[in-house]
Amino acid sequence: MQALYAQLLVGLINGSFYALLSLGLAVIFGMLNIINFAHGALYMMGAFCAYFLLNIAGINYWWALLIAPIVVGIFGMILERTMLQWLSGLDHVYGLLLTFGIALIIQGIFQNYFGSSGLPYQIPDALRGGINLGFMFLPIYRGWVVVFSLVICLATWFLIEKTQLGAYLRAATENPTLVRAFGINVPRMITLTYGLGVGLAALAGVLSAPINQVRPLMGADLIIVVFAVVVIGGMGSIMGSIITGFALGVIEGLTKYFYPEASNTVVFVLMVLVLLVKPTGLTGRAA
Amino acid sequence: MSALTDDTLPVTPRAMRDEMVAFAVMAVLLAIVPLTGIYPFFVMQALCFALLACAFNLLVGYGGLLSFGHAMFLGTAGYVSAHALKVWALPPELGIIIGTAAACGLAVITGYISIRRQGIYFSMITLALSQLLYFIYLQAPFTHGEDGIQGIPQGFLFGVFNLAKPTVLYYVVLAGFLGGFLLIYRTINSPFGEVLKSIRENEPRAISLGYKTDQYKLLAFILSGTLAGFAGSLKVFVAQNASLTDVHWSMSGEIVLMTLVGGLGTIFGPVVGAFIIIAMQQYLAGYGQWVTVIQGVIFVACVLTFRRGIIGEVARLLRRSL
Repeated sequence: MQALYAQLLVGLINGSFYALLSLGLAVIFGMLNIINFAHGALYMMGAFCAYFLLNIAGINYWWALLIAPIVVGIFGMILERTMLQWLSGLDHVYGLLLTFGIALIIQGIFQNYFGSSGLPYQIPDALRGGINLGFMFLPIYRGWVVVFSLVICLATWFLIEKTQLGAYLRAATENPTLVRAFGINVPRMITLTYGLGVGLAALAGVLSAPINQVRPLMGADLIIVVFAVVVIGGMGSIMGSIITGFALGVIEGLTKYFYPEASNTVVFVLMVLVLLVKPTGLTGRAA
Repeated sequence: MSALTDDTLPVTPRAMRDEMVAFAVMAVLLAIVPLTGIYPFFVMQALCFALLACAFNLLVGYGGLLSFGHAMFLGTAGYVSAHALKVWALPPELGIIIGTAAACGLAVITGYISIRRQGIYFSMITLALSQLLYFIYLQAPFTHGEDGIQGIPQGFLFGVFNLAKPTVLYYVVLAGFLGGFLLIYRTINSPFGEVLKSIRENEPRAISLGYKTDQYKLLAFILSGTLAGFAGSLKVFVAQNASLTDVHWSMSGEIVLMTLVGGLGTIFGPVVGAFIIIAMQQYLAGYGQWVTVIQGVIFVACVLTFRRGIIGEVARLLRRSL
């Protein structure tokens, strides 16, 4: 049973990353109509940012949790201003191709300087060790990742669904022209939205740095799984993205315990099943 | 919203004549390659990828469906052909047929699943499906995992042509490429191709005119996947191996890049794009991951400034259909 609980925990952690990344993809898609293929590369940049902060500037994990998403978010906003904004009105496919190119550039540059092997990142002192829960041993850092991701996801949901700013955002997603007519600076909102989505990816990268090592290609395969998560959940609902992300992580964890050979493929197989039964995705509207 | 290829010229006798002339020029140029002393291996490799890119272009350029998983057909046909040739010791023609048939079967299944969603979702689904296959091939015993299938015997095609001779192999690959190219050209200009283009331009209208668009899209997907598989089977004879790189998502990205550089929805664009990208990889092979960076830069540059691609721009300048 110990092993089962351990795999469930790993599943929850992966689920946290799926949730944070698919949430960002959904928010970005809502405003920019772009599937951000660079999301995995920006997640990796978040992890590297934390690594540089610690090893070059001596800035600890807690500050990295704040600084890395901001730095990468600003980088994302520059990308949006200089490149992505020129794609509005074009076929969605061009957004995918452009961000795929950006991902290749970022990952290629990091691979040139850091190879393909992983760099270690220390777990911060306060989160070391573990607690014996009686039925299992819980490493504190892993528990922290799950709880903190959940809090961030819910905070994002609250921001978008329950605040004034979120209401503007949702309105601009539905009808940007009309919202502009009310005097709201929609292009600036688009830039900030991209920054927010990218920041969430970078945050997931920082969280993952102590668990999975910091590697240039750490986001490359992950983003494809997240795409499958997005296809399963649909991008229509914020809460849908969060729940689907965590649920798929748990299912993957269970698969690792019961049938390890299929743990790499279970999310893709589920995607196929969902497409056969309900082509619009679990929460999605017709696209 | 502007479509992927927004300025295709109508099919006129003049356009047909231009295309025929261009095809003849291309065929003659390719046919004299062995006489010029150009390294035939490079051209053969480029021809396989050119056919692959043309097959991909049939789907994206004329059906408006951007598949981000076309490497799965290349890799599947490659593995099956390689296995048939090496383990079952079948003659080359049967190896090619079995590999292509495997890709066709795969296209039926994956097409049935992926055409359930349009646009951007279609791309994500095809990418996820090819990643699923990647993991299956990584674990399946017959693919030999990371090592791949190596040292594949080339044999005698139809019992006559010795494929171990570079010149013979070159003309066989060239014949395969030209045959596939003509099949795609014929498809594009058939009534089926016209319906496909109408789906690309405006699917709801095509539906309202009574076309069962899903069937058209599925058929285009199967045709595209099968021809991509045919290219993969031919490539086995050139490279004499089948490995995981051919199924990886980065390969799918390269196929997209070749077609984008040459021109989406142009007839000759994918061929030109394939030669450029393969040549670039050849010459920059010593620069490690900078090749990836350069590919990324080309993607960005093409999307931002050069969406018609090389042939698309040339055709527009000359006001010809190419």
